[in-house]
Amino acid sequence: MSHTVGDGSSSARAEGNACYRRPRGRLFSVVVFMAAAGLVLAGCGSRVGDSGGSSAQSCVDTSGDSVKIGFLNSLSGTMAISENTVHDALALGAEQINASGGVLGKRLEVVREDGASEPTVFAEKATKLIGSDCVAAVFGGWTSASRKAMLPVFEGANSLLFYPVQYEGLEASPNIFYTGATTNQQIIPGLDYLKEKGVKSLFLVGSDYVFPRTANKEIIAYAKANGIEVKGEEYAPLGHTEFATIVNKVKAAGAGAVFNTLNGDSNVAFFKEYRNAGLTPTAMPVMSVSIAEEEVGGIGVDNLVGQLTAWNYYQTIDTPVNNSFVQAFKAKYGQGRVTSDPMEAAYTSLFLWKAMVEKAQSFTTDDVKKAADGVSYEAPEGTVTVNGANHHIAKTALIGKVAPDGLIYTEWSSGAPVQPDPFLESYDWAKGLSG
Amino acid sequence: MDALFNQLVAGLSLGSVLLLAALGLSLTFGQMGVINMAHGEFMMAGAYTAFMVQGLIADAGIALLLAIPLGFLIGGLMGLILEITLIHRMYHRPLDTLLVTWGVALILQQAARDIFGAPNVDVRAPAWLSGSINIGVVAVPSARMFILVLAVAAVVGLSLLLKTTSLGRRIRGVVQNRDLAETVGISTRSTDRLTFFIGSGLAGIAGVAVTLLGSTGPTLGTNYIVDAFLVVVAGGIGQIKGAVIAAFGLGLLQATFEYSTTASIAKVTVFVVVVVFLQIRPQGIFTVRTRSLA
Repeated sequence: MSHTVGDGSSSARAEGNACYRRPRGRLFSVVVFMAAAGLVLAGCGSRVGDSGGSSAQSCVDTSGDSVKIGFLNSLSGTMAISENTVHDALALGAEQINASGGVLGKRLEVVREDGASEPTVFAEKATKLIGSDCVAAVFGGWTSASRKAMLPVFEGANSLLFYPVQYEGLEASPNIFYTGATTNQQIIPGLDYLKEKGVKSLFLVGSDYVFPRTANKEIIAYAKANGIEVKGEEYAPLGHTEFATIVNKVKAAGAGAVFNTLNGDSNVAFFKEYRNAGLTPTAMPVMSVSIAEEEVGGIGVDNLVGQLTAWNYYQTIDTPVNNSFVQAFKAKYGQGRVTSDPMEAAYTSLFLWKAMVEKAQSFTTDDVKKAADGVSYEAPEGTVTVNGANHHIAKTALIGKVAPDGLIYTEWSSGAPVQPDPFLESYDWAKGLSG
Repeated sequence: MDALFNQLVAGLSLGSVLLLAALGLSLTFGQMGVINMAHGEFMMAGAYTAFMVQGLIADAGIALLLAIPLGFLIGGLMGLILEITLIHRMYHRPLDTLLVTWGVALILQQAARDIFGAPNVDVRAPAWLSGSINIGVVAVPSARMFILVLAVAAVVGLSLLLKTTSLGRRIRGVVQNRDLAETVGISTRSTDRLTFFIGSGLAGIAGVAVTLLGSTGPTLGTNYIVDAFLVVVAGGIGQIKGAVIAAFGLGLLQATFEYSTTASIAKVTVFVVVVVFLQIRPQGIFTVRTRSLA
């Protein structure tokens, strides 16, 4: 498998080398400054690329014995912590597909690009992957901002993006396949579970950006329709580390459960504060939608034991398919590594694309799209099926509980795959939300 | 009424965290005038020191207590190296210092990523620091109490050092009039180095402390650096007592605003308050009257 390294990083490295060849001494400070500047430039490129001129004419070359695909994940910047794991899962998938004969007899040649945690860089690199690398499909993206930045690129060039992360719903691009959960496959089952457990009131805590605010709008509508009282709604800026006040408010409100849409580092501070304030999962459980196996270690198992999560996949799912996926992942990356929902969704997206291409007998975007409906795959999470109308996939919802070993065990399951409904059209209470 | 006391505690606690983060900076930035953007990364180094010590010593309590002096040493040594290699070459070029130390901060963050991995690591709190202490009607989380005590101890220690020791007198002498200090035989070079060592070491201690509250990861320092500068600027350049008042003042303001509005609005309001305050009093709460002619 060949990895093409991005222009940005290779030129930055060359510049760095040139710097180090300079004489030391007085110029040393200049050297460090230039190295720093190089880093900054590599990290913060904000050119949106010259996508304007590209036509919808595909340049994908399928004449040889290999076909190019693109992996576009943030390998640097704040999102690297999460997106590197997705990249690892994708790399494993590509390796396995190549080992078993490729797709339509063609070996996958992976072109790797770094989105650098910058939506504009994602758009730029997507343009490059489609326009000059001529990849058949791109796999990646994590934040909704990165997806929204890439959307016009893929629609403009009529190419395909496979996006592997749960998100806030209310989107269905003809050029994107969403293999993570939409809200009715994650948040609504989470609420159903709490309601089933007799929870009468909720407190909402989230990071201050689009996903938690959209999710909470839906949660409030659901609560209203189901006789659950929402006792409070608090948002913390991304990266916020001071949760004394918010936890005080949660404690004072005395809700039956907390619904947590915090993202990133804030979770650590929140759960430490929550535990120190004497709040327990038995008295007031916290249902989280962005804490997976990968995050448990960093937050501290002690702070999380007994708390709830809503996902579609856990490492502990005991099926032959998942066991061999976990085993292969650990064999490739180390026994200490864990697998999580977004990783599994990314891995699955690669195999779904393979199944679509094989059904279509073609790598062309339009043929793949036409063949997509009903394509099914035995994924580690269970059977998933592509919905051709909205490009999401039907998947089983699972509520899990964090155990002292740091893994998450299924506590409740929707039983059968939940049909994706990104615009929540099948829910009466959700009328007016998508407008 | 409970809520009021709870918020008072939250404010004081936030103030103590800000104070710990800003104390070292009030030495290096306040006294020496060095804009050290890598100060946050010295905190990060302190936090990872706590993590490392915990890997070696099973008892989380002993590990934490041991990590405090070790964090000071590691943070201090990193500061010393930075001072000797880079900063002393640009004492009269504040803008260059800003850029260089920012670059150093990025390099240190990436180094942490390469050494410890990108995911956050978990620093366990000892049993005697999880849970809370009841004072009257208010339950104060023990970890926050510990940080408050640590911050007060650090301030008292630093004040004693500056007021009673000969090193402290030398530091104050150099700050007030560098040329005159040099003429009377004080080695300003070694004084600068030591001051920077102590200031950076304090960042290391702050780093150990904040592992009790938040995440330990490569970007830990960036969460605190802006607030730390805010405290030093509002408190007045070159004054420990200014930093103390500013830290607790900002902590209480943030907690009060956050209780009545939201976290985001509170943050904005605190910034606005500081900006308005600096319009009225650009020199901060306190200021040093120096005898230098410049």
